[in-house]
Amino acid sequence: MLNTGLLIILSLAALWTVMTRSLIKSTIGLAFTSIVLTIIMFRLNSPLAAVFELSVCTGLITVIFVSTISLASPLTPKEVELLSAARLKRFWYLPVILVLVGVGLLFVKVPLDFPLPHNPAGHDVRTVLWNERVLDLFGQVIILLAGAFGVAVLFKERKKK
Amino acid sequence: MPSLVILVPLIALLILNLPLGEVMRKASFWVALGFFIFQTVLLFCHHFRCICGSERFINSFFGMDVSVDHLSFMVMFLVNIVALTSLLVARHAIKDSDARFNFINLIVIASAGMNGVTVAKDIFSLYVFLEVTAVALFIAIALQREPRALEGAFKYILLSSIATVMMLTSIAVLFFAAGDTSFASLKSALQVSGKSPVLLAAIGVFICGLFIKGGLVPFHGWLPDAYSAAPAPVSVLLAGIVTKVSGIYTLMRLVAAVFGFKAAVCDVLLFGGTLSILVGAFAALGQKDFKRMLAYSSISQVGYIIVGLGTGTALGIAGAIFHFFNHAIFKTLLFVNAAAVEESTGLRNMNKMGGLSSRMPVTGATSVMALLSNAGIPPLAGFWSKVIIIIALWVSGRYAYAVIAILAAVVTLAYLLIMQRKVFFGNIRPELDGTKEAGPGYVIASVVLAAITVGAGIFFPYVFDHVIIPARSALLP
Repeated sequence: MLNTGLLIILSLAALWTVMTRSLIKSTIGLAFTSIVLTIIMFRLNSPLAAVFELSVCTGLITVIFVSTISLASPLTPKEVELLSAARLKRFWYLPVILVLVGVGLLFVKVPLDFPLPHNPAGHDVRTVLWNERVLDLFGQVIILLAGAFGVAVLFKERKKK
Repeated sequence: MPSLVILVPLIALLILNLPLGEVMRKASFWVALGFFIFQTVLLFCHHFRCICGSERFINSFFGMDVSVDHLSFMVMFLVNIVALTSLLVARHAIKDSDARFNFINLIVIASAGMNGVTVAKDIFSLYVFLEVTAVALFIAIALQREPRALEGAFKYILLSSIATVMMLTSIAVLFFAAGDTSFASLKSALQVSGKSPVLLAAIGVFICGLFIKGGLVPFHGWLPDAYSAAPAPVSVLLAGIVTKVSGIYTLMRLVAAVFGFKAAVCDVLLFGGTLSILVGAFAALGQKDFKRMLAYSSISQVGYIIVGLGTGTALGIAGAIFHFFNHAIFKTLLFVNAAAVEESTGLRNMNKMGGLSSRMPVTGATSVMALLSNAGIPPLAGFWSKVIIIIALWVSGRYAYAVIAILAAVVTLAYLLIMQRKVFFGNIRPELDGTKEAGPGYVIASVVLAAITVGAGIFFPYVFDHVIIPARSALLP
């Protein structure tokens, strides 16, 4: 029951994140969505994934977004209102579809007609990071480097000009 | 070598960003050139077993679970060739030194991403490196911040995100069934429960995600905009190798190592591939913009690779791998030619060109070679790969698909000849009279790529026996 409640909060937070007018509010919405997801992950006994979600998505990504927003020139309140009205008019059906799909999925019984694997004993963080998922670790470091580089390249120079 | 394919680009990135001010910015082209040449030499050393003790130490120290087989070797070789070409083009095409420095950084990041994709043995690691490549290319397309480039970048990132969601959903379901994300575990789980509708749906969703990444019909909407709007060196990289590694190589690897050549999978590949061949070829016929025409041509040619794979036979897969190799080379060459023409004339509209062969002889001649290979004219490499795919279709009893593939080759020849006539043949237009070759970078890249296309065709038996068949054995032991 609590998990269902958390899932509903997660969906609503994600919806608010994409529909809100202000980029800063949207970033806060994303951070809040990440926090709810972290709680769900802890409840589902995935502490490693939860720690990463909290540190990377809630922490680092939010910092990158806020830095990007601070580098970009803001729209005037009138422009924000116009864009927001047009977006709500154009995409009014998205929240409706989301709610309908959510309600529909509650009644659909997914046929899990395959044997579930034996759940191996969890390894500690060091073993997972340095022995089992080294390649992913490097990949994620490169993605973060690329993201930070992209922010610097696409936004910083624009402000300078 | 396996760990080095990730570590070397990272080290190159660190060197490029050493706080040496203008010195490093000016030297960045040579540093990147040295890096790609070093990476190619390293690749050959590994392939021909000239491995030294320090490399073994690095591999054991980092302990990345990766492998370099003959197919990975071929794909990484292509990554280096296309990246070097793109670098040479960037030297002339990107005038602003800051923008060029940024592009060089992005090309190194993209090469790390593509290397990671080719050596991954785990579906999640593969996904991570697909994202590395996508992020680097998204930034590269938008680099010059022109409205068209921003639109192309936005479409690319939007459809790429949809592909990401599809692939992640599929990975979650497959992980749920296998308890692990390594190719071997997933294959075992699918062998036990391969008929489960949920798992079949997961496979279907993943394939759709890869169709988006590879720009296959009906998920090709982003591709013509991204290819034509991107700066010239980015188009070269994107069309030459990125979509092939992200969409097509990944599809080949996963179908062979995880999903298996099930009848349903083969049917989807055959149908999707044929649709791409037809839609790409007919759409290319009606284009005026040089790069846009080449973009549609790419969709069509990639369709041949998918159709070859969809036969599920040893011959068809060999044909698909050979066409993958050929297409990477001749399409890169055509995009270099398009970039050279744009650099020299400032034009992309083919209706406003004409007779450029007389002023740009190297570009004109190499364009003819790429055209003939693309259209499947003997004895160039594209002929052999297309013939193998068509024979594989015929032998496996897919007569209708074989006939469509032959007819589409005629359409390919038609639109490429139209392009050649409009751009290079005939008398020079008075307003283009002062045109000359765009620069040594374009000329060197065109000549090398044309030599590979002609060489792979003339020495077809050697290339097929020593490159393609071993690469196929990585997919179909």
